[in-house]
Amino acid sequence: MTTLLHWLPLLGVLVVVAGFALRFNPVPVVVVAGIVSGLAAGKSIGEILALIGNSFVSERALLLFVLTLPAIGVLERAGLREHVTNWIARLRGLTLSRLLMVYLAIRQILAMLGLYDVAGHAQTVRPLLAPMAEGAAEKRGSPLNTQERNDVRAFCAATDNIGRFFGEDVFIALGAVLLIQGFYSQHGIELEPLQIALWALPTAIAAFMIHAIRTVLFARRIAGNAPNSATPALRPDDAGKSESC
Amino acid sequence: MLKIEQAYWLIALFLAGAAWLNLRERRWSHAGFWLVLAVLTAGGKYVLDATAAHHHLPAQLAGVGVIALAVLSPRMKRGQLVERDVSAREADAKRLGHRLFGPAVLIPLVTLLVALFGGYVVIGGVRVFDPVRMTLTGLALACVIALIAALWVTRTKPAAGLAEGRRLLDTLGWAALLPLTLAALGGVFAATGVGAAVSDLVRMMIPVNSALACVIAYGLGMVLFTVIMGNAFAAFPVLTAGVGLPLLIHLHGANPAILGSLGMLTGYCGTLFTPMAANFNIVPVALLELPNQNDVIRAQWKTGAMLLVVNLALMYFLTFRF
Repeated sequence: MTTLLHWLPLLGVLVVVAGFALRFNPVPVVVVAGIVSGLAAGKSIGEILALIGNSFVSERALLLFVLTLPAIGVLERAGLREHVTNWIARLRGLTLSRLLMVYLAIRQILAMLGLYDVAGHAQTVRPLLAPMAEGAAEKRGSPLNTQERNDVRAFCAATDNIGRFFGEDVFIALGAVLLIQGFYSQHGIELEPLQIALWALPTAIAAFMIHAIRTVLFARRIAGNAPNSATPALRPDDAGKSESC
Repeated sequence: MLKIEQAYWLIALFLAGAAWLNLRERRWSHAGFWLVLAVLTAGGKYVLDATAAHHHLPAQLAGVGVIALAVLSPRMKRGQLVERDVSAREADAKRLGHRLFGPAVLIPLVTLLVALFGGYVVIGGVRVFDPVRMTLTGLALACVIALIAALWVTRTKPAAGLAEGRRLLDTLGWAALLPLTLAALGGVFAATGVGAAVSDLVRMMIPVNSALACVIAYGLGMVLFTVIMGNAFAAFPVLTAGVGLPLLIHLHGANPAILGSLGMLTGYCGTLFTPMAANFNIVPVALLELPNQNDVIRAQWKTGAMLLVVNLALMYFLTFRF
Protein backbone atom coordinates (compact mmCIF):
# COMPACT_ATOMS: atom_id res chain seq x y z
CA MET A 1 0.00 0.00 0.00
CA THR A 2 2.75 2.45 0.91
CA THR A 3 4.53 1.70 -2.36
CA LEU A 4 1.36 2.46 -4.29
CA LEU A 5 1.03 5.80 -2.49
CA HIS A 6 4.63 6.59 -3.39
CA TRP A 7 4.00 6.14 -7.12
CA LEU A 8 0.53 7.68 -7.20
CA PRO A 9 1.68 11.32 -7.78
CA LEU A 10 3.10 10.17 -11.13
CA LEU A 11 -0.48 10.45 -12.37
CA GLY A 12 0.21 14.20 -12.57
CA VAL A 13 3.00 13.55 -15.07
CA LEU A 14 0.69 11.24 -17.00
CA VAL A 15 -1.91 14.03 -17.25
CA VAL A 16 0.66 16.48 -18.64
CA VAL A 17 2.02 14.00 -21.18
CA ALA A 18 -1.42 12.80 -22.32
CA GLY A 19 -2.88 16.32 -22.38
CA PHE A 20 -0.11 17.72 -24.56
CA ALA A 21 0.01 14.63 -26.77
CA LEU A 22 -3.75 14.84 -27.34
CA ARG A 23 -3.45 18.58 -28.09
CA PHE A 24 -5.80 19.85 -25.43
CA ASN A 25 -5.43 23.51 -24.48
CA PRO A 26 -2.22 23.47 -22.40
CA VAL A 27 -3.34 25.84 -19.62
CA PRO A 28 -6.18 23.64 -18.29
CA VAL A 29 -3.99 20.55 -18.84
CA VAL A 30 -1.31 21.96 -16.55
CA VAL A 31 -3.82 23.07 -13.91
CA VAL A 32 -5.56 19.67 -13.94
CA ALA A 33 -2.16 17.97 -13.62
CA GLY A 34 -1.49 20.07 -10.53
CA ILE A 35 -4.85 19.14 -9.00
CA VAL A 36 -4.36 15.44 -9.81
CA SER A 37 -0.91 15.25 -8.24
CA GLY A 38 -2.24 17.11 -5.19
CA LEU A 39 -5.11 14.64 -4.78
CA ALA A 40 -2.74 11.72 -5.34
CA ALA A 41 -0.50 13.05 -2.58
CA GLY A 42 -3.51 12.99 -0.25
CA LYS A 43 -3.98 16.75 0.09
CA SER A 44 -7.34 18.38 0.79
CA ILE A 45 -9.06 20.68 -1.72
CA GLY A 46 -8.17 23.73 0.38
CA GLU A 47 -4.51 22.71 0.52
CA ILE A 48 -4.43 22.09 -3.22
CA LEU A 49 -5.97 25.49 -4.01
CA ALA A 50 -3.48 27.23 -1.74
CA LEU A 51 -0.58 25.26 -3.24
CA ILE A 52 -1.61 26.18 -6.79
CA GLY A 53 -2.23 29.82 -5.83
CA ASN A 54 1.11 30.18 -4.07
CA SER A 55 3.08 28.42 -6.81
CA PHE A 56 1.45 30.59 -9.46
CA VAL A 57 1.94 33.99 -7.86
CA SER A 58 5.52 33.22 -6.83
CA GLU A 59 6.25 32.69 -10.54
CA ARG A 60 4.72 35.97 -11.70
CA ALA A 61 8.17 37.19 -12.83
CA LEU A 62 7.59 35.00 -15.90
CA LEU A 63 5.10 37.58 -17.10
CA LEU A 64 7.85 40.20 -17.41
CA PHE A 65 8.20 39.49 -21.10
CA VAL A 66 4.78 41.07 -21.75
CA LEU A 67 6.41 44.43 -21.00
CA THR A 68 8.41 44.05 -24.24
CA LEU A 69 5.16 43.94 -26.25
CA PRO A 70 4.23 47.67 -26.29
CA ALA A 71 7.66 48.68 -27.63
CA ILE A 72 7.73 45.90 -30.24
CA GLY A 73 4.10 46.66 -31.16
CA VAL A 74 4.88 50.33 -31.75
CA LEU A 75 7.85 49.35 -33.93
CA GLU A 76 5.66 46.94 -35.88
CA ARG A 77 3.12 49.72 -36.38
CA ALA A 78 5.93 51.74 -37.96
CA GLY A 79 6.86 48.91 -40.33
CA LEU A 80 9.38 46.73 -38.44
CA ARG A 81 8.13 43.55 -40.12
CA GLU A 82 8.07 45.23 -43.53
CA HIS A 83 11.62 46.45 -42.96
CA VAL A 84 12.86 42.96 -42.07
CA THR A 85 11.13 41.64 -45.19
CA ASN A 86 12.74 44.28 -47.41
CA TRP A 87 16.07 43.58 -45.78
CA ILE A 88 15.89 39.87 -46.51
CA ALA A 89 14.72 40.59 -50.06
CA ARG A 90 17.98 42.48 -50.58
CA LEU A 91 19.86 39.17 -50.21
CA ARG A 92 18.62 38.27 -53.71
CA GLY A 93 21.64 37.46 -55.87
CA LEU A 94 23.51 35.45 -53.26
CA THR A 95 24.36 31.83 -53.99
CA LEU A 96 22.11 29.19 -52.42
CA SER A 97 24.49 28.29 -49.62
CA ARG A 98 25.29 31.91 -48.77
CA LEU A 99 21.64 32.95 -48.86
CA LEU A 100 20.69 30.23 -46.37
CA MET A 101 23.67 30.91 -44.12
CA VAL A 102 23.05 34.67 -44.01
CA TYR A 103 19.38 34.02 -43.30
CA LEU A 104 20.31 31.61 -40.51
CA ALA A 105 22.59 34.23 -38.95
CA ILE A 106 19.96 37.00 -39.24
CA ARG A 107 17.30 34.75 -37.75
CA GLN A 108 19.53 33.78 -34.82
CA ILE A 109 20.54 37.36 -34.09
CA LEU A 110 16.97 38.69 -34.32
CA ALA A 111 15.84 35.92 -31.95
CA MET A 112 18.62 36.82 -29.53
CA LEU A 113 17.21 40.37 -29.47
CA GLY A 114 13.76 39.02 -28.70
CA LEU A 115 12.45 39.69 -32.21
CA TYR A 116 11.53 36.06 -32.88
CA ASP A 117 8.18 36.81 -34.47
CA VAL A 118 9.24 39.35 -37.11
CA ALA A 119 10.47 36.43 -39.21
CA GLY A 120 8.98 32.95 -39.55
CA HIS A 121 7.36 30.45 -41.88
CA ALA A 122 4.40 32.66 -42.78
CA GLN A 123 6.21 35.99 -42.45
CA THR A 124 9.46 35.36 -44.36
CA VAL A 125 9.97 31.72 -45.46
CA ARG A 126 6.97 31.25 -47.71
CA PRO A 127 6.87 34.71 -49.33
CA LEU A 128 10.64 35.35 -49.52
CA LEU A 129 13.22 32.80 -48.54
CA ALA A 130 11.77 29.81 -50.40
CA PRO A 131 11.32 31.56 -53.78
CA MET A 132 14.72 33.25 -53.42
CA ALA A 133 16.38 29.93 -52.61
CA GLU A 134 14.73 28.28 -55.60
CA GLY A 135 15.97 31.10 -57.80
CA ALA A 136 19.48 30.82 -56.39
CA ALA A 137 19.50 27.04 -56.91
CA GLU A 138 18.48 27.40 -60.54
CA LYS A 139 21.54 29.49 -61.25
CA ARG A 140 23.23 26.13 -61.83
CA GLY A 141 21.80 26.41 -65.33
CA SER A 142 18.87 24.04 -65.29
CA PRO A 143 15.46 24.21 -63.59
CA LEU A 144 14.83 22.23 -60.42
CA ASN A 145 12.76 19.09 -60.74
CA THR A 146 9.82 18.59 -58.36
CA GLN A 147 11.80 16.56 -55.84
CA GLU A 148 14.62 19.12 -55.74
CA ARG A 149 12.20 22.02 -55.43
CA ASN A 150 10.56 20.34 -52.43
CA ASP A 151 13.97 19.61 -50.89
CA VAL A 152 15.00 23.27 -51.22
CA ARG A 153 11.73 24.47 -49.68
CA ALA A 154 11.95 22.03 -46.78
CA PHE A 155 15.56 23.04 -46.15
CA CYS A 156 14.47 26.70 -45.98
CA ALA A 157 11.84 25.87 -43.34
CA ALA A 158 14.41 23.82 -41.41
CA THR A 159 16.87 26.72 -41.51
CA ASP A 160 14.23 29.06 -40.08
CA ASN A 161 13.44 26.66 -37.22
CA ILE A 162 17.07 26.13 -36.30
CA GLY A 163 17.85 29.85 -36.39
CA ARG A 164 14.92 30.66 -34.15
CA PHE A 165 15.33 27.84 -31.61
CA PHE A 166 19.02 28.32 -31.02
CA GLY A 167 18.90 32.10 -30.90
CA GLU A 168 15.94 32.77 -28.64
CA ASP A 169 17.38 31.01 -25.60
CA VAL A 170 20.09 33.66 -25.41
CA PHE A 171 17.46 36.41 -24.95
CA ILE A 172 16.91 36.78 -21.22
CA ALA A 173 13.33 38.00 -21.38
CA LEU A 174 12.21 34.89 -23.19
CA GLY A 175 10.03 32.32 -21.47
CA ALA A 176 12.77 29.68 -21.57
CA VAL A 177 15.26 31.59 -19.44
CA LEU A 178 12.63 32.85 -17.01
CA LEU A 179 11.07 29.38 -16.81
CA ILE A 180 14.43 27.87 -15.85
CA GLN A 181 15.02 30.60 -13.27
CA GLY A 182 11.50 30.33 -11.87
CA PHE A 183 11.63 26.55 -11.66
CA TYR A 184 14.85 26.63 -9.66
CA SER A 185 13.64 29.39 -7.35
CA GLN A 186 10.66 27.16 -6.44
CA HIS A 187 13.28 24.66 -5.27
CA GLY A 188 15.31 27.20 -3.29
CA ILE A 189 18.04 27.81 -5.88
CA GLU A 190 18.34 31.48 -6.87
CA LEU A 191 20.03 32.04 -10.24
CA GLU A 192 20.86 35.10 -12.32
CA PRO A 193 18.93 35.05 -15.64
CA LEU A 194 22.10 36.29 -17.30
CA GLN A 195 24.05 33.15 -16.34
CA ILE A 196 21.35 30.94 -17.87
CA ALA A 197 21.25 32.95 -21.08
CA LEU A 198 25.04 33.00 -21.35
CA TRP A 199 25.35 29.22 -21.16
CA ALA A 200 23.08 28.99 -24.21
CA LEU A 201 25.78 30.67 -26.32
CA PRO A 202 28.01 27.61 -26.97
CA THR A 203 25.01 25.70 -28.33
CA ALA A 204 23.95 28.71 -30.42
CA ILE A 205 27.40 28.79 -32.03
CA ALA A 206 27.48 25.02 -32.51
CA ALA A 207 24.01 25.13 -34.09
CA PHE A 208 25.18 27.75 -36.59
CA MET A 209 28.32 25.82 -37.50
CA ILE A 210 26.63 22.44 -37.87
CA HIS A 211 23.78 23.79 -39.96
CA ALA A 212 26.10 25.97 -42.06
CA ILE A 213 28.19 22.90 -42.98
CA ARG A 214 25.03 20.97 -43.83
CA THR A 215 23.89 23.95 -45.94
CA VAL A 216 27.10 23.92 -47.97
CA LEU A 217 26.79 20.16 -48.55
CA PHE A 218 23.13 20.53 -49.48
CA ALA A 219 23.83 23.35 -51.96
CA ARG A 220 26.64 21.29 -53.48
CA ARG A 221 24.32 18.33 -53.92
CA ILE A 222 21.65 20.46 -55.60
CA ALA A 223 24.27 22.06 -57.88
CA GLY A 224 25.79 18.68 -58.73
CA ASN A 225 22.39 17.24 -59.65
CA ALA A 226 22.11 19.48 -62.71
CA PRO A 227 21.98 17.36 -65.86
CA ASN A 228 24.52 19.66 -67.53
CA SER A 229 26.67 20.19 -64.45
CA ALA A 230 29.67 20.29 -66.77
CA THR A 231 29.29 24.08 -66.85
CA PRO A 232 31.49 24.86 -63.87
CA ALA A 233 30.96 28.61 -63.95
CA LEU A 234 27.46 28.12 -62.61
CA ARG A 235 28.26 26.10 -59.48
CA PRO A 236 26.44 28.00 -56.72
CA ASP A 237 29.10 27.50 -54.09
CA ASP A 238 32.00 28.90 -56.08
CA ALA A 239 33.70 31.43 -53.84
CA GLY A 240 33.74 35.09 -54.76
CA LYS A 241 31.09 34.78 -57.40
CA SER A 242 28.11 36.12 -55.54
CA GLU A 243 26.76 39.46 -56.57
CA SER A 244 26.32 41.42 -53.40
CA CYS A 245 23.38 43.71 -52.81
CA MET B 1 14.68 52.67 -5.15
CA LEU B 2 13.61 50.53 -8.10
CA LYS B 3 12.23 47.15 -7.00
CA ILE B 4 10.89 44.08 -8.77
CA GLU B 5 7.53 44.74 -7.06
CA GLN B 6 7.16 47.92 -9.14
CA ALA B 7 7.72 45.86 -12.28
CA TYR B 8 4.87 43.57 -11.21
CA TRP B 9 2.61 46.60 -10.79
CA LEU B 10 3.59 47.78 -14.27
CA ILE B 11 2.68 44.37 -15.71
CA ALA B 12 -0.65 44.46 -13.87
CA LEU B 13 -1.34 47.93 -15.23
CA PHE B 14 -0.63 46.82 -18.80
CA LEU B 15 -2.77 43.69 -18.42
CA ALA B 16 -5.61 45.74 -16.93
CA GLY B 17 -5.33 48.16 -19.86
CA ALA B 18 -5.54 45.25 -22.30
CA ALA B 19 -8.57 43.93 -20.38
CA TRP B 20 -10.22 47.35 -20.64
CA LEU B 21 -9.73 47.55 -24.43
CA ASN B 22 -11.17 44.05 -24.81
CA LEU B 23 -14.08 44.92 -22.55
CA ARG B 24 -14.97 47.89 -24.77
CA GLU B 25 -15.01 45.54 -27.78
CA ARG B 26 -17.14 42.99 -25.91
CA ARG B 27 -14.46 40.32 -26.14
CA TRP B 28 -15.49 38.99 -22.74
CA SER B 29 -13.15 35.98 -22.44
CA HIS B 30 -10.05 37.99 -23.29
CA ALA B 31 -11.14 40.80 -20.96
CA GLY B 32 -11.76 38.39 -18.09
CA PHE B 33 -8.53 36.47 -18.66
CA TRP B 34 -6.28 39.53 -18.62
CA LEU B 35 -8.16 41.05 -15.68
CA VAL B 36 -7.78 37.94 -13.49
CA LEU B 37 -4.11 37.78 -14.46
CA ALA B 38 -3.67 41.47 -13.60
CA VAL B 39 -5.16 40.91 -10.14
CA LEU B 40 -2.97 37.84 -9.52
CA THR B 41 0.15 39.76 -10.61
CA ALA B 42 -0.59 42.83 -8.51
CA GLY B 43 -1.74 40.82 -5.49
CA GLY B 44 1.13 38.32 -5.54
CA LYS B 45 3.08 39.86 -2.69
CA TYR B 46 -0.04 40.10 -0.52
CA VAL B 47 -0.78 36.39 -1.12
CA LEU B 48 2.76 35.26 -0.31
CA ASP B 49 2.97 37.47 2.80
CA ALA B 50 -0.36 36.13 4.03
CA THR B 51 0.81 32.54 3.51
CA ALA B 52 3.99 33.27 5.44
CA ALA B 53 1.75 34.51 8.29
CA HIS B 54 -0.31 31.28 8.06
CA HIS B 55 -3.37 32.91 6.51
CA HIS B 56 -4.32 30.55 3.74
CA LEU B 57 -7.44 32.21 2.36
CA PRO B 58 -5.65 34.65 -0.03
CA ALA B 59 -3.62 31.78 -1.52
CA GLN B 60 -6.77 29.71 -1.91
CA LEU B 61 -8.48 32.60 -3.67
CA ALA B 62 -5.43 32.89 -5.94
CA GLY B 63 -5.84 29.16 -6.66
CA VAL B 64 -9.47 29.82 -7.64
CA GLY B 65 -8.18 32.60 -9.92
CA VAL B 66 -5.78 30.17 -11.61
CA ILE B 67 -8.64 27.75 -12.21
CA ALA B 68 -10.66 30.64 -13.69
CA LEU B 69 -7.76 31.28 -16.11
CA ALA B 70 -7.78 27.60 -17.08
CA VAL B 71 -11.53 27.77 -17.77
CA LEU B 72 -11.27 31.00 -19.79
CA SER B 73 -8.22 30.07 -21.85
CA PRO B 74 -9.90 27.62 -24.31
CA ARG B 75 -12.55 30.30 -24.97
CA MET B 76 -10.01 32.83 -26.24
CA LYS B 77 -10.60 32.58 -29.96
CA ARG B 78 -8.22 34.39 -32.23
CA GLY B 79 -10.12 37.27 -33.77
CA GLN B 80 -8.86 39.65 -36.39
CA LEU B 81 -7.50 42.75 -34.67
CA VAL B 82 -7.34 45.99 -36.59
CA GLU B 83 -3.85 46.90 -37.73
CA ARG B 84 -2.50 50.04 -39.30
CA ASP B 85 -2.74 50.14 -43.06
CA VAL B 86 0.02 48.14 -44.75
CA SER B 87 0.94 50.94 -47.19
CA ALA B 88 1.48 53.33 -44.28
CA ARG B 89 3.71 50.72 -42.61
CA GLU B 90 5.68 50.23 -45.83
CA ALA B 91 6.23 53.99 -46.15
CA ASP B 92 7.47 54.20 -42.56
CA ALA B 93 9.70 51.17 -43.05
CA LYS B 94 11.36 52.81 -46.07
CA ARG B 95 11.81 56.09 -44.22
CA LEU B 96 13.10 54.68 -40.92
CA GLY B 97 15.08 51.66 -42.14
CA HIS B 98 17.51 50.16 -39.64
CA ARG B 99 16.59 52.84 -37.09
CA LEU B 100 13.62 50.58 -36.30
CA PHE B 101 16.00 48.08 -34.71
CA GLY B 102 17.39 50.72 -32.31
CA PRO B 103 14.66 50.64 -29.64
CA ALA B 104 14.48 46.84 -29.85
CA VAL B 105 18.21 46.53 -29.21
CA LEU B 106 17.77 48.74 -26.12
CA ILE B 107 15.84 45.97 -24.34
CA PRO B 108 18.73 43.47 -24.00
CA LEU B 109 21.32 46.28 -23.85
CA VAL B 110 19.81 48.18 -20.90
CA THR B 111 19.03 44.89 -19.12
CA LEU B 112 22.64 43.85 -19.50
CA LEU B 113 23.93 47.20 -18.24
CA VAL B 114 21.71 47.04 -15.16
CA ALA B 115 22.71 43.42 -14.50
CA LEU B 116 26.42 44.25 -14.70
CA PHE B 117 26.63 47.73 -13.19
CA GLY B 118 23.27 48.30 -11.44
CA GLY B 119 24.81 47.47 -8.09
CA TYR B 120 27.17 50.45 -8.35
CA VAL B 121 24.52 53.08 -9.11
CA VAL B 122 24.05 55.11 -5.93
CA ILE B 123 22.26 58.45 -5.66
CA GLY B 124 22.43 60.38 -2.38
CA GLY B 125 23.83 57.36 -0.56
CA VAL B 126 20.88 55.16 -1.64
CA ARG B 127 21.16 52.28 -4.10
CA VAL B 128 18.99 52.91 -7.15
CA PHE B 129 18.36 49.21 -7.79
CA ASP B 130 17.17 46.80 -5.13
CA PRO B 131 19.60 43.84 -5.25
CA VAL B 132 16.72 41.30 -5.13
CA ARG B 133 16.13 40.12 -8.72
CA MET B 134 17.96 43.18 -10.03
CA THR B 135 18.32 41.81 -13.58
CA LEU B 136 14.57 41.44 -13.89
CA THR B 137 14.01 44.94 -12.52
CA GLY B 138 16.48 46.06 -15.17
CA LEU B 139 14.49 44.23 -17.81
CA ALA B 140 11.32 46.09 -16.82
CA LEU B 141 13.19 49.40 -16.89
CA ALA B 142 14.66 48.49 -20.29
CA CYS B 143 11.17 47.84 -21.67
CA VAL B 144 9.98 51.27 -20.50
CA ILE B 145 13.02 52.96 -22.03
CA ALA B 146 12.58 50.97 -25.26
CA LEU B 147 8.93 52.00 -25.46
CA ILE B 148 9.82 55.67 -25.04
CA ALA B 149 12.55 55.32 -27.67
CA ALA B 150 10.16 53.52 -30.04
CA LEU B 151 7.53 56.27 -29.65
CA TRP B 152 10.19 58.90 -30.25
CA VAL B 153 11.85 57.26 -33.26
CA THR B 154 8.53 56.53 -34.94
CA ARG B 155 6.81 59.79 -33.83
CA THR B 156 3.87 57.82 -32.47
CA LYS B 157 1.40 58.92 -29.79
CA PRO B 158 1.85 57.15 -26.42
CA ALA B 159 -1.67 55.68 -26.54
CA ALA B 160 -0.43 53.46 -29.38
CA GLY B 161 1.85 51.72 -26.87
CA LEU B 162 -1.13 50.21 -25.08
CA ALA B 163 -3.11 49.54 -28.27
CA GLU B 164 -0.21 47.82 -30.06
CA GLY B 165 0.93 45.98 -26.93
CA ARG B 166 -2.59 44.71 -26.49
CA ARG B 167 -2.70 43.59 -30.15
CA LEU B 168 0.38 41.42 -29.59
CA LEU B 169 -0.87 40.22 -26.21
CA ASP B 170 -4.20 39.11 -27.70
CA THR B 171 -2.35 37.43 -30.56
CA LEU B 172 -0.38 35.41 -28.02
CA GLY B 173 -3.53 34.70 -26.00
CA TRP B 174 -3.21 31.84 -23.52
CA ALA B 175 0.26 31.01 -24.93
CA ALA B 176 1.52 33.99 -22.90
CA LEU B 177 0.67 32.05 -19.78
CA LEU B 178 2.27 28.72 -20.69
CA PRO B 179 5.80 29.27 -19.25
CA LEU B 180 4.32 30.62 -16.01
CA THR B 181 1.91 27.73 -15.49
CA LEU B 182 4.64 25.17 -16.26
CA ALA B 183 7.06 26.78 -13.81
CA ALA B 184 4.29 26.78 -11.21
CA LEU B 185 3.65 23.11 -11.96
CA GLY B 186 7.29 22.50 -11.03
CA GLY B 187 6.47 23.85 -7.57
CA VAL B 188 3.38 21.67 -7.29
CA PHE B 189 5.34 18.61 -8.41
CA ALA B 190 7.97 19.30 -5.76
CA ALA B 191 5.36 19.66 -3.00
CA THR B 192 3.47 16.51 -3.98
CA GLY B 193 6.41 14.13 -4.33
CA VAL B 194 6.30 13.78 -8.11
CA GLY B 195 10.01 14.56 -8.44
CA ALA B 196 10.89 11.90 -5.89
CA ALA B 197 8.74 9.30 -7.66
CA VAL B 198 10.27 10.04 -11.08
CA SER B 199 13.81 9.91 -9.70
CA ASP B 200 13.10 6.56 -7.99
CA LEU B 201 11.84 5.28 -11.32
CA VAL B 202 15.05 6.46 -13.00
CA ARG B 203 17.16 4.89 -10.23
CA MET B 204 15.68 1.51 -11.18
CA MET B 205 16.66 1.95 -14.81
CA ILE B 206 20.17 3.41 -14.78
CA PRO B 207 23.31 3.22 -12.62
CA VAL B 208 22.81 6.58 -10.89
CA ASN B 209 26.32 6.59 -9.43
CA SER B 210 27.64 7.28 -12.90
CA ALA B 211 27.41 11.00 -13.67
CA LEU B 212 27.58 10.20 -17.38
CA ALA B 213 24.58 7.89 -17.15
CA CYS B 214 22.60 10.61 -15.35
CA VAL B 215 23.55 13.22 -17.98
CA ILE B 216 22.43 10.90 -20.76
CA ALA B 217 19.21 10.01 -18.93
CA TYR B 218 18.41 13.70 -18.40
CA GLY B 219 19.24 14.72 -21.98
CA LEU B 220 17.51 11.84 -23.71
CA GLY B 221 14.59 12.16 -21.30
CA MET B 222 14.19 15.80 -22.33
CA VAL B 223 14.25 14.74 -26.00
CA LEU B 224 11.79 11.89 -25.50
CA PHE B 225 9.29 13.94 -23.49
CA THR B 226 9.59 16.84 -25.95
CA VAL B 227 8.93 14.51 -28.87
CA ILE B 228 5.82 13.11 -27.17
CA MET B 229 4.48 16.46 -25.96
CA GLY B 230 5.76 18.65 -28.80
CA ASN B 231 6.97 21.22 -26.29
CA ALA B 232 10.31 21.43 -24.49
CA PHE B 233 8.86 23.84 -21.92
CA ALA B 234 6.47 21.14 -20.73
CA ALA B 235 9.22 18.53 -20.56
CA PHE B 236 11.49 20.77 -18.48
CA PRO B 237 9.72 20.71 -15.07
CA VAL B 238 9.10 16.94 -15.25
CA LEU B 239 12.66 15.98 -16.14
CA THR B 240 14.40 18.59 -14.01
CA ALA B 241 12.32 17.76 -10.93
CA GLY B 242 12.78 14.03 -11.50
CA VAL B 243 16.35 13.72 -12.78
CA GLY B 244 18.10 17.09 -12.95
CA LEU B 245 17.64 18.20 -9.35
CA PRO B 246 17.88 14.98 -7.31
CA LEU B 247 20.45 13.10 -9.38
CA LEU B 248 22.59 15.65 -11.21
CA ILE B 249 22.53 18.70 -8.92
CA HIS B 250 22.15 17.13 -5.47
CA LEU B 251 23.92 13.80 -6.01
CA HIS B 252 26.66 14.76 -8.49
CA GLY B 253 26.99 18.50 -7.78
CA ALA B 254 26.09 19.79 -11.25
CA ASN B 255 25.91 23.56 -11.86
CA PRO B 256 22.17 24.40 -12.04
CA ALA B 257 22.50 27.31 -14.51
CA ILE B 258 24.46 25.26 -17.05
CA LEU B 259 22.29 22.21 -16.55
CA GLY B 260 19.05 24.18 -16.97
CA SER B 261 20.20 26.04 -20.04
CA LEU B 262 21.64 23.00 -21.81
CA GLY B 263 18.75 20.82 -20.67
CA MET B 264 16.25 23.16 -22.29
CA LEU B 265 18.33 23.37 -25.48
CA THR B 266 18.53 19.57 -25.58
CA GLY B 267 14.74 19.59 -25.46
CA TYR B 268 14.76 22.02 -28.41
CA CYS B 269 16.68 19.35 -30.39
CA GLY B 270 13.70 17.08 -29.72
CA THR B 271 11.38 19.78 -31.11
CA LEU B 272 13.18 19.38 -34.44
CA PHE B 273 12.22 15.66 -34.55
CA THR B 274 8.52 15.73 -33.78
CA PRO B 275 5.33 16.30 -35.78
CA MET B 276 3.76 17.21 -32.41
CA ALA B 277 5.46 20.63 -32.68
CA ALA B 278 2.97 21.53 -35.39
CA ASN B 279 3.68 25.27 -35.58
CA PHE B 280 7.26 24.64 -36.54
CA ASN B 281 7.18 21.35 -38.40
CA ILE B 282 3.71 20.84 -39.88
CA VAL B 283 2.46 24.37 -40.63
CA PRO B 284 5.39 25.09 -43.00
CA VAL B 285 4.68 21.82 -44.85
CA ALA B 286 1.25 23.22 -45.69
CA LEU B 287 2.54 26.74 -46.37
CA LEU B 288 5.23 25.50 -48.75
CA GLU B 289 2.92 22.94 -50.39
CA LEU B 290 5.22 20.01 -49.64
CA PRO B 291 3.87 16.53 -50.45
CA ASN B 292 4.88 14.68 -47.26
CA GLN B 293 3.92 15.69 -43.72
CA ASN B 294 7.43 14.97 -42.47
CA ASP B 295 9.41 16.77 -45.17
CA VAL B 296 10.58 19.59 -42.89
CA ILE B 297 11.56 17.14 -40.15
CA ARG B 298 13.52 15.14 -42.73
CA ALA B 299 15.44 18.28 -43.69
CA GLN B 300 16.35 19.19 -40.12
CA TRP B 301 16.68 16.01 -38.04
CA LYS B 302 20.38 15.55 -38.85
CA THR B 303 21.23 19.02 -37.53
CA GLY B 304 19.15 18.21 -34.45
CA ALA B 305 20.87 14.85 -33.88
CA MET B 306 24.39 16.29 -34.19
CA LEU B 307 23.47 19.17 -31.90
CA LEU B 308 22.05 16.70 -29.40
CA VAL B 309 25.44 14.98 -29.20
CA VAL B 310 27.16 18.37 -28.83
CA ASN B 311 24.76 19.35 -26.03
CA LEU B 312 25.27 16.11 -24.11
CA ALA B 313 29.03 16.55 -24.40
CA LEU B 314 28.82 20.20 -23.27
CA MET B 315 26.64 19.17 -20.36
CA TYR B 316 29.02 16.43 -19.27
CA PHE B 317 32.18 18.52 -19.60
CA LEU B 318 30.89 21.90 -18.34
CA THR B 319 28.29 21.26 -15.68
CA PHE B 320 30.57 19.52 -13.17
CA ARG B 321 33.42 21.96 -13.72
CA PHE B 322 31.90 25.38 -13.01
